[in-house]
Amino acid sequence: MSQVRRHRSDTKMVPVPSHSIVPERDVNEIPVLETRHLGITFGGLKAVEDFNLTIGRTEIAGLIGPNGAGKTTVFNLLTKVYEPTTGAVLINGQDLHGMNIVQASHLGIARTFQNIRLFDKMTVEDNVRIGLHNQIRYDMLTGILRLPRYWKQEKRQHERALELLDLFHMQNLADEEAGSLPYGAQRRLEIIRALATEPKLLLLDEPAAGMNPRETEELMETIARIRDEFQIAILLIEHDMSLVMGVCEGICVLNFGRIIAKGTADEIQANPAVIEAYLGKRKEG
Amino acid sequence: MTKAKKKHLIYNLVIFALVIGAYVLLQNMIAAKTITRSLKGQLIPICAWIIMAVSLNLVIGFSGELSLGHAGFMSVGAYTGAVISGWLLNAFAMENTGLRLAIAILAAGLIAGIIGLLIGIPVLRLRGDYLAIVTLAFGEIIRNLVNVLYIGTANGKLYFSFLSKDLPADVTILVDGAKGAVKIKPISTFTAGFILVMITLIVVLNLVNSRTGRAIQATRDNRIAAESMGISVTRHKMIAFVTGAVLAGMAGALYGLNASTVIPTQFTFNQSINVLVFVVLGGLGNVLGSIISATFLTILPELLREFADYRMLVYAVVLILVMIFTNNPVIRSVFMRMFSPVRRLFRGRESQQGGEAA
Repeated sequence: MSQVRRHRSDTKMVPVPSHSIVPERDVNEIPVLETRHLGITFGGLKAVEDFNLTIGRTEIAGLIGPNGAGKTTVFNLLTKVYEPTTGAVLINGQDLHGMNIVQASHLGIARTFQNIRLFDKMTVEDNVRIGLHNQIRYDMLTGILRLPRYWKQEKRQHERALELLDLFHMQNLADEEAGSLPYGAQRRLEIIRALATEPKLLLLDEPAAGMNPRETEELMETIARIRDEFQIAILLIEHDMSLVMGVCEGICVLNFGRIIAKGTADEIQANPAVIEAYLGKRKEG
Repeated sequence: MTKAKKKHLIYNLVIFALVIGAYVLLQNMIAAKTITRSLKGQLIPICAWIIMAVSLNLVIGFSGELSLGHAGFMSVGAYTGAVISGWLLNAFAMENTGLRLAIAILAAGLIAGIIGLLIGIPVLRLRGDYLAIVTLAFGEIIRNLVNVLYIGTANGKLYFSFLSKDLPADVTILVDGAKGAVKIKPISTFTAGFILVMITLIVVLNLVNSRTGRAIQATRDNRIAAESMGISVTRHKMIAFVTGAVLAGMAGALYGLNASTVIPTQFTFNQSINVLVFVVLGGLGNVLGSIISATFLTILPELLREFADYRMLVYAVVLILVMIFTNNPVIRSVFMRMFSPVRRLFRGRESQQGGEAA
């Protein structure tokens, strides 16, 4: 916990130039993520509208909002699962326009899924190795002919996979079938698999769903540790407010596809628009 | 070495041991002349069908795309093999049958692979069952195309035409329209078939247990997750599909050069479905199963010859019984208990599939 507090106390939010909530230490660098008037329409429904968000290089940011506010849609826009109707997404200053999911991933964006998408029939280790696909490589022929490079790279993949699994103390589960893991462990494995791609921006879709309070607290510490060790930015969607308020430096609140508030945890908690979105409007006398 | 790796290794070793053991046994039987005539005649077709089943398993079982035109690639391979073999004999008077066979098989694999690539490029970009539809059409197109194709060779040159009268008079006909590839000198041998089966197994098993193979299986299990990991779905489905086509082409050459003629009606949609039956019966993604079912189901119709008219009826009944036996957990566990020493070797794999109560 102390680790998490430290992050909060030594980072001050700058005011909001161009809708930004970037922490001070990151303001002089190109933001890892910048969206400009991002929006998508399904039929006549504006699922997300005028979404502007800037995330600093080493920021932990939260995206919250009531059910159906469009949070996962935002993730799908950022990772090019959906093509935006309006606006632009920039990763490290590079426009994602015209790219597909794979190309977006190559730019350094990785994610987990709200409804877990592991490779169920494969082992835990192989799931992580899939994440390492573009990090530790050898070509197809090397694999078929079992050339020396195959053995060398396979060994490196194995060692790296165990190293990553160690983040969540899951080394002993390496040979288990991914689909047979308990729910919480599957969520953690998804985070590890995403980290294996060496992203610059990690998107976590409800990482604490299905975890008990103790596990959530542990997750909170790990998220902060991941940021420190890997020096990456993390954007997370979460309903567990203790996690969001505890670990996120900047929080962005979405309601009906629009951003209704941005700021630090304290600012968000005091914001009347946020309270209204979550609890409804107080009846005026 | 991890536990999972060990399991893979044991599984692969069992497959290779079985195939090599069967080869040595059959060679001894041939030398001792204790083999029946009908079985001896079927050895090369069995090899060809094993390669067909294993290569189709790569496409269906590992990359998860349904291909219904696998016999089409076999047909391409058979014709290419016959033409190349005939041409080599005519152009270079190449009497060394082993070399001729090797070149013919390689060429057949190459041509089938190119055609696989041409089919795959537009189709594998799409999601859904388009590959099944297009490969089904491809099988029929190839069959109808070779039905009207005439190929001849003279003075070291190859002549292609869709009209028999267009070929020069002094030409040696290799492919004669609806009569198919004619006057083939059968040069396939059981040893060549065995080597080709071994190559197929090495390619498929090594591919599956490599970086590329894991990516192929990832695209099968969860397309979006694989893409988010930076794995190109089209590229990896293509690798599996083209590899499958190359191997099927090679099997086709082996099969075609085993007879004196190859006719277009040998490679119909029914034949593609037959290979599909081998794969499904053996289990999707189960290479050993494909080998066993391809062998068994190739021999079976011959064994049932005495049933005469009821042959296919019995075949169907046997097929259904095998499916019931392999899928019913109770029957399976009884069956497994009978083979408990063998089972111990497979125990890891069994528990992985969840098919066996401990």
